[in-house]
Amino acid sequence: MGADVTRVAEAGCHLNSGCGFPAPGLNEFDFKPMFTVGGVDFTKPMLLSVICALLVVGFFWAAFAKPKLLPGKLQLVGEIGYDFVKRSIVLETIGKKGEKYVPMLVSMFFFVWIMNIMSIIPFAQFPVMSRIAFPVGLAAIVWITYMTLTFKKHGFVGGLKNLCWPSGIPGWVMFILVPIEFFSNIFVRPFTLAVRAFANMFAGHLLIVVFSVASWYLLSPSIGALYGSVSFVVAVALTAFELLVQFLQAYIFVMLASSYIAGALEEAH
Amino acid sequence: MNPVVALAAEAQMNPLLPAWPEVIIGLLCFFIVFGILGKKLLPSIEKVLSERRDAIEGGMERAETAQAEAQALLEQYRAELAEARHEAARITEHAREQGAALIGEMREEGQRQREAIVTAGHAQIEADKKQATAALRQDVGSLASQLASRIVGESLEDHARQSGVIDRFLDDLEAKAAVAQGASK
Repeated sequence: MGADVTRVAEAGCHLNSGCGFPAPGLNEFDFKPMFTVGGVDFTKPMLLSVICALLVVGFFWAAFAKPKLLPGKLQLVGEIGYDFVKRSIVLETIGKKGEKYVPMLVSMFFFVWIMNIMSIIPFAQFPVMSRIAFPVGLAAIVWITYMTLTFKKHGFVGGLKNLCWPSGIPGWVMFILVPIEFFSNIFVRPFTLAVRAFANMFAGHLLIVVFSVASWYLLSPSIGALYGSVSFVVAVALTAFELLVQFLQAYIFVMLASSYIAGALEEAH
Repeated sequence: MNPVVALAAEAQMNPLLPAWPEVIIGLLCFFIVFGILGKKLLPSIEKVLSERRDAIEGGMERAETAQAEAQALLEQYRAELAEARHEAARITEHAREQGAALIGEMREEGQRQREAIVTAGHAQIEADKKQATAALRQDVGSLASQLASRIVGESLEDHARQSGVIDRFLDDLEAKAAVAQGASK
């Protein structure tokens, strides 16, 4: 896993060897710089994000660069993935007008998904999205997209109305609702979008690390070995569970982005 | 290194604060993905997908056209067949009528010929009878006068002929025969 496991292994730290449980914490998400360029540290998550980008591009290049009418296996897999995001997420949420945003959201889905999957890839073993900088960047893109669309479609006043003025509500409720809507749609949306992805990946990674470290720590010639093996089983089960969560979070991220764009494109009411 | 000390030192990090270099790298990576997918790969696959859709729809359209054509051809054949049947029935009917007419004509013709033959026969018989009657009359007259001249001993022949005795006698005989015939009837 992260730095801790290595440290524990190096220290030979086990249940009855006189050291306490080296509980993993925030330090699991803090990496020593691999190298520094002009005062900027280049860390493992950055490297992983670059690798993820290359993987996504590489996969779709291999699948779609020379597309055939009768698809090969790789092209077929790519088509299924592309079609899933296009139909089940984007067009389902936005409708026919969403055709324009398909490339952005498809890129986003596969980029986020592969960054999440890094959590359980040997040697990588770190979900890039658990560093909040990455979800923040993507959420910013989503925010800029739907805000721009809102004001472009409805003008300044109409755009504000689209963001804060819900329809079919009696007038006196507006006093409460309009500030809430304003706050929610403009400030809370991007924040929750980023934090949701980040927190899920963060928590998932921490869980896997805790049980992995524990199974290593408990591995000693005593009853601890039994607990250790239970802990190991849990770590394996959590890994499988994380696989699901990784997909789900990528799905939710893109789904919410689509629904924000759909809201921006909605006709004035 | 003591992990506990390391933990204490690193606990200062705030996981909710983004590190700007990471944000920039992340955005860069995303835009690389978005750029290549959005500009090149997705349009190319989209083109192929729409081509495939066209091919499938075109195939279906072609099949539909072929089916419609086949249907039309079938209709045409059926119509032609019905017409042919009708035609055949008409021809048969016509032939039957013509046959019937022909037979009628033949019958009439036969009748007429028969009548003609019968009439001719009658006429012939009548002529023969007349001739025979005339010949008989002459013979009977000459025979009777010969017999009488033998009996009388002189030739009565020319005299009898000149006086028309024989003819009167024969006419009387005929009249008597006719009366007798009418009585016996």
